[in-house]
Amino acid sequence: MDHPAFFAQVEHSHVAFDEPLTLECGVTLPRFTVAYRTYGRLNAARSNAVLVCHALTGDQYVAEDHPITGKPGWWDTVVGPGRPVDTDRFFVICANVLGGCMGSTGPRSPRQDGLNPWGDDGLEPWGTDFPPVTMRDMVSAQKRLVDHLGIARLFAVIGGSMGGMQALQWAASYPDAVFAAIPVACAAYHSAQNIAFHEVGRQAIFADPDWQGGRYWRSGRVPARGLAVARMCAHITYVSEQALTRKFGRRLQEAPKDSREAIDLFGEMFEVESYLRHQGSTFVQRFDANSYLTITRAMDYFDLAADYDGDLVAAFRNTRTRFLLVSFTSDWLFPTAESRDIARALNRAGANVSFVEIPTDKGHDAFLLDEPDFHRTLAGFLAGCAVHARLEP
Amino acid sequence: MSTHDHVPPDGVQYVAKNMRVDLRLIAGMIEPASRVLDIGCGDGALIDHLFQTKGCDARGIEIDMAEVIRAVAQGLPVMHGDADTDLAHYPDGAFDYVVLSRTLQAVAKPRAVLRQMLRIGTRAVVSFPNFGHWLVRLQLLKTGKMPMTPTWDRPWHETPNIHPCTIRDFFDLCAQDGYAVERWLAADDAGGRAPWRRFPRLANLFGEQGVFLLRRA
Repeated sequence: MDHPAFFAQVEHSHVAFDEPLTLECGVTLPRFTVAYRTYGRLNAARSNAVLVCHALTGDQYVAEDHPITGKPGWWDTVVGPGRPVDTDRFFVICANVLGGCMGSTGPRSPRQDGLNPWGDDGLEPWGTDFPPVTMRDMVSAQKRLVDHLGIARLFAVIGGSMGGMQALQWAASYPDAVFAAIPVACAAYHSAQNIAFHEVGRQAIFADPDWQGGRYWRSGRVPARGLAVARMCAHITYVSEQALTRKFGRRLQEAPKDSREAIDLFGEMFEVESYLRHQGSTFVQRFDANSYLTITRAMDYFDLAADYDGDLVAAFRNTRTRFLLVSFTSDWLFPTAESRDIARALNRAGANVSFVEIPTDKGHDAFLLDEPDFHRTLAGFLAGCAVHARLEP
Repeated sequence: MSTHDHVPPDGVQYVAKNMRVDLRLIAGMIEPASRVLDIGCGDGALIDHLFQTKGCDARGIEIDMAEVIRAVAQGLPVMHGDADTDLAHYPDGAFDYVVLSRTLQAVAKPRAVLRQMLRIGTRAVVSFPNFGHWLVRLQLLKTGKMPMTPTWDRPWHETPNIHPCTIRDFFDLCAQDGYAVERWLAADDAGGRAPWRRFPRLANLFGEQGVFLLRRA
């Protein structure tokens, strides 16, 4: 492997599928890889599996230290022994999404379309030529994994933000394979405002000279600047004004003397600036810019009702899946009204739906944070579903 | 089933909610294994009872978010919603029974809510505190001020109960809107029934609450 250093990857546990996967855009991937992690044990009846779907910049390392950053799992307050998604009881699966950069097939993977400018050694990555993927494609890939694990019906599919979109897509595409669905802090379609924010992030990546039309592996330099700005912009949308005010207010600090970054321009900086820069610079160490483009696009394309002639009710008609929708009061990226729209469509479809809005000032990110009401709700809902599914304790 | 005799904490939404004695009376009107929607279900005590003892597919709507969280955290299928606006989102005939327990007097449009209930359900079970009770009448007559009783225990400017009615008023509304009263009873606040339950005028004088089982006529 003569990849530049930044492509030298950690080995992720995965399964490689040789059966082709035809994407919504019409392109067929002759083979593909799904990287995934599991926690807990599958019971003899294979009835206790819970699929966790990660968000835009999440990955399969839900409940263990991250192999690159060393940080705790992104949802280790929710998934683990004695946690709301209790790994002493449930067999938890989480897969890196199609288009991702943690081992599943995506823009970093060797291209498979025979148009390999580096010859047949298969080392040239897809880059921006990676076909556009959708939530449905991501879920199709996850379904292959679930089939591969010998699980006919998932006890629950749960996810926040983009993970919530996948949970909705699962329930719509495979209603008999989902006993319970828990879409958290999400919507049935990506709003114009959210697409707009994503576009700012993408433009920041395009504007970075190191992006080089997406073929940045040739120079060995990643578009760190652009990707960091994309992350900074997105991060603002993940938090609330109250939370930023509470944490940083208008406080100033001395700017570090690092002329490379031009951050000492004013001699001082607001704490919130410093915080955002930190968010941006740590992000680029673990995320691929082309994956960011691919996955933000997949979210933008998401409009579940569009597959059902614009009628969200038709996506869920006669479903037997039990739903829990969760929103957060200060989440302005996926406001409660969007979850309520889903709840109402589910009502029209005759579905069994629970719906709570959790009071918090932590914004969209609340679904990742310590929110006792959310965790109580989640644990109780799963326990109730377990009774109805006749899952042994 | 520990929730059945629960005592809600302070600050519940409706005056009469801290006396859920009518739940057993309502449950007695509901056939086993039926589909039930409980509007204003609080922490879900009734839907839990109906599922545990009658095998009903019982779901709830509640406007007070703290109650919704409490219900879902107990594994009960409850959604946050408002009786005045959210019933429109259910299909016709989705339920065998739609229950409105001690909430009718607090909604903005009681008549529209009843109409929606009997659209989405074959039958409706409605309970409400009776404003025709003798103590209410006596207080208004004696003092000339809005009554304050154990049932009606908040001053007029604080009460969420914006549409109080009497048992006779409710009979009139059912007749006017064409709902058949299949069963009805009046009870005291302890849920006890009394002989006068057969006579609407006496029930209206001595009943602290009315419980009605309605059907589209």
